[in-house]
Amino acid sequence: MKKFASTERYIAPRELEVAVNASIALQRPLLVKGEPGTGKTVLAQEIARSLGLPLIEWHIKSTTKAQQGLYEYDAVSRLRDGQLGDERVRDVSNYIIKGKLWEAFTAETPVVLLIDEIDKADIEFPNDLLLELDRMQFHVYETKETVVAQQRPIVIITSNNEKELPDAFLRRCFFHFIRFPDRETMERILHSHYPHLRADLAREALNVFFQIREVGELKKKPATSELLDWLKLLMIEDMPAEALRTNDAKVAIPPLYGALLKNEQDVHLFERLAFLNRARR
Amino acid sequence: MFAPFILELRKAGLPASITEWLMLMGAMKEGVADYDLDDFYYLARATLVKDERHLDRFDRVFGQVFKGLEPETTITGEIIERELPEEWLKKLAERLFSAEEMAKIEALGGFDKLMETLKQRLAEQKGRHQGGNRWIGTNGTSPFGAEGYNPEGVRIGQEGSRNRRAVKIWDKREFRDLDDDAALSSRAMKLALRRLRRFARQGEANELDVNGTIGATARNAGTLDIKMQAERRNAVKVLLLLDIGGSMDDHIRASEELFSAAKSEFKHLVHLYFHNCPYERFWKSNRRRTEQQTPTWDILRTYGPDWRVVFVGDASMSPYEVVEPGGSVEHWNEESGKVWLKRITTHFRRVAWLNPTPQKHWGYTSTIGLIAEAMEGRMFPMTLEGLDGLAKALR
Repeated sequence: MKKFASTERYIAPRELEVAVNASIALQRPLLVKGEPGTGKTVLAQEIARSLGLPLIEWHIKSTTKAQQGLYEYDAVSRLRDGQLGDERVRDVSNYIIKGKLWEAFTAETPVVLLIDEIDKADIEFPNDLLLELDRMQFHVYETKETVVAQQRPIVIITSNNEKELPDAFLRRCFFHFIRFPDRETMERILHSHYPHLRADLAREALNVFFQIREVGELKKKPATSELLDWLKLLMIEDMPAEALRTNDAKVAIPPLYGALLKNEQDVHLFERLAFLNRARR
Repeated sequence: MFAPFILELRKAGLPASITEWLMLMGAMKEGVADYDLDDFYYLARATLVKDERHLDRFDRVFGQVFKGLEPETTITGEIIERELPEEWLKKLAERLFSAEEMAKIEALGGFDKLMETLKQRLAEQKGRHQGGNRWIGTNGTSPFGAEGYNPEGVRIGQEGSRNRRAVKIWDKREFRDLDDDAALSSRAMKLALRRLRRFARQGEANELDVNGTIGATARNAGTLDIKMQAERRNAVKVLLLLDIGGSMDDHIRASEELFSAAKSEFKHLVHLYFHNCPYERFWKSNRRRTEQQTPTWDILRTYGPDWRVVFVGDASMSPYEVVEPGGSVEHWNEESGKVWLKRITTHFRRVAWLNPTPQKHWGYTSTIGLIAEAMEGRMFPMTLEGLDGLAKALR
């Protein structure tokens, strides 16, 4: 099988490449954690793209049950059909709704399966998927058939750490923690997303960005995705790079800060700090 | 060569198992890390570490096992010792103090004593952004009086050897902040407190039980049979008793965050304040502490033993305030704090004390030991690990 490597759109550090390739080689799920906005979900999309495989996304919500990923038995519509005397009612398989895992298991080519934000679900959710992810098979009680994966999918699981995942589950996964990119990596990321970005604008924007991240008490630190949004706005507005230099500009906070700072306390805090900085000069 | 590695990891408290070990071997066989030490490091990390809080410990063990570094202490033991080696302190002192200052220091009680203080100060200073200017520098009377000290400039743990060899990735220990002992954010606290949640269906059956209704209807041959059930609620009741004022001023921020986290996590949360040690009364609002007092007897009568009690305080005071009647600094207490603590712990079965003072400093204050004893050992530091322990103790 092909190996995963950085693409022109997604800059993966060597550690991430190794982790992804290990999980592909051993056909084990890869659990990805990291600060929000550092590209956990995008990783799965890029793996699918770089290996040329279809991507199946399963987004987890607090109400998602593990069973829904396998299949659901629609008892209500069968009951209704039964009362109406519909012929379909005789075959129970008409009422089995396939879930994302079933789809991934029975796909013709190997696929990349993204289980997004697994920590949002109930605490028992990962435990309910242990066997399914381990053996890549499950049993359908209603039709008494066993669904076995034709090709084991590449499973990427993301988590925001809202809940602790059970040990038995972790033991079956590879794990990667996406570290916040340093300045150099960040430049490469910017370049890969906006190849026509002016160098001076990028430099100033990164200055401002890392300066904001330095502020220790922010409630929500801006991450890569916020920086990309902000730069896009700056480019749309055709902002000159000088406007970002806070030391000589009249404005205390960077223009279009709404893309970077996501709550009013952070904005106030940053305004205060910027004011102090200027006063000191 | 690899077998000792996993043993060392387990010794350092990483839950690495045989399964993961076999996975690592399997991946090696598949050629994921082709004779490249860096790749091997990444691979081993992806296989054996499943929690970012363990990454730092992993880095340390990896460094030791694969470089034959002599450990300066045990892996699990005092990190501080590793971070602040004696000679490093001496070097720092030599750089910071002039000859006459050194003489003055001798007069002040000896170099060793000063070193101890310096070490403590440095230990308190956790990072660049946490009260970074508290010690040397702002305090003009400090015997250290070192201007321009820059914690960034001093690479703790790397001194000396740094120039002789290239720094390896695992040696950078970039995940240090993620280790369990790091201070908590409000969000992290919420997540930790969430472990205390106990859901139970309580009260009136006013919610449609969809699955039950379908099942019953099907059994009823299609005639509708509605089933109701009670709503699922977090049934945990928490009584939060906060120490306020005095020595707790240093920990206001941490306490505030804990409080806001607890408030959003528990439906049944009552908070009361006390000063230093609980006696015969608490107060509801800190601003009106003289008017709105609640006698402790009332608390014991009002809240049943199913309430969980969490004290938050640094438990640092004069020993008299705990053991002697009349020891309180604010009023004359007929009975000692110890008696009251005993009453509270016997009435409420689940009681614990959260202490924002870093655990490694607990030994310096005798009352911390006294109160921990009164709590039957259920005193926890205000770290993620501590909250975890708290949640377990209160179950």
